[in-house]
Amino acid sequence: MLTLETLQAFIQAYAARLAELCTVLDDLDNRIGDGDHGTNMARGFRTAADRITGETFADLGALCQAVAMALLASVGGASGPLYATAFMRFAQSWKDCTNVDFGQVATGVANACEGLRARGKAEVGEKTLLDVWTPASEALAAQPDEYGMRAAVARATKAALASRDIPATKGRAAYLGERSVGTCDPGSISSAVFFEELADATVGGVTKTSWQTSAW
Amino acid sequence: MANVSLVIVSHSKQLGEGLVKLLRQVAPGVDIHEAAGLGDELGTDATAIMAALQQCPNTHDILVFFDLGSAAMNAEMALELVPPSVAERTRIVDAPLVEGAVAAAVAARSQLPLDDVMQQAETARIMQKRLG
Repeated sequence: MLTLETLQAFIQAYAARLAELCTVLDDLDNRIGDGDHGTNMARGFRTAADRITGETFADLGALCQAVAMALLASVGGASGPLYATAFMRFAQSWKDCTNVDFGQVATGVANACEGLRARGKAEVGEKTLLDVWTPASEALAAQPDEYGMRAAVARATKAALASRDIPATKGRAAYLGERSVGTCDPGSISSAVFFEELADATVGGVTKTSWQTSAW
Repeated sequence: MANVSLVIVSHSKQLGEGLVKLLRQVAPGVDIHEAAGLGDELGTDATAIMAALQQCPNTHDILVFFDLGSAAMNAEMALELVPPSVAERTRIVDAPLVEGAVAAAVAARSQLPLDDVMQQAETARIMQKRLG
């Protein structure tokens, strides 16, 4: 189950994790993009986490909307409108709810995934975060419970590592094309971490990947 | 009489401000705004783009230029968040930033309608700059 409390805890935990991984994500992005994915994501989610600290929200919709607006003005790169779109889709999906079951979480994630696809005009297999969000969303939809949440993390992690072998056709890495093969997509890694932290906040006991060693 | 405002969206504050300065010299009197940079950092801010769109006179159509793909994504986001009365007067053009904006500013100064200003911007992609 996802509650106002667990969603707030998730945002805080994700912001902290992004701060830890900032250099790893920047280094990856430096190889195939413009070197600021970690900085942008860490800054954006820190802003969002600070924005919701000490605030009370009427429902999950209001909380997600506040996160979306904070991200919009603070991320700076493509991740800003992408994650803002995802959180706006969460807000629509969980409007007027103070807690949602895993079925509704699955619906929210599927709606967010569709939002990401539309915003980025991307399809699966283009070395973008959609490569991670899509299998994670599918795993959760297939099994909308605690086990599905854990399966989503496993699928997300596998997909993030598999991004290494995909040539980029979207985003800044598309300027490199085939030369982007051999480096994991930083946006895919940060998305896998998103699902790790979402699962940890909702079901707990998630084994987190040490991306420092495995991402290269 | 057509009036088109231009909005420049860039990751770089200096690039945005520099381009606006250039455009004002090329086409004095044309309404031009920028939403460039993220504070002192490189980046774009959808809320700054929303503000720039809303600074344009409500009798004007608006043409938005961007430097890189993620700036376009933020511009699209901003278009969804401004009132429909603003969004329906606005188009985002995929054109070379400097050459396209110069061509558009000249067209806007001649008070061409939005479609024509946009076409001028797009045509800048194939226009030869070095003649003879």
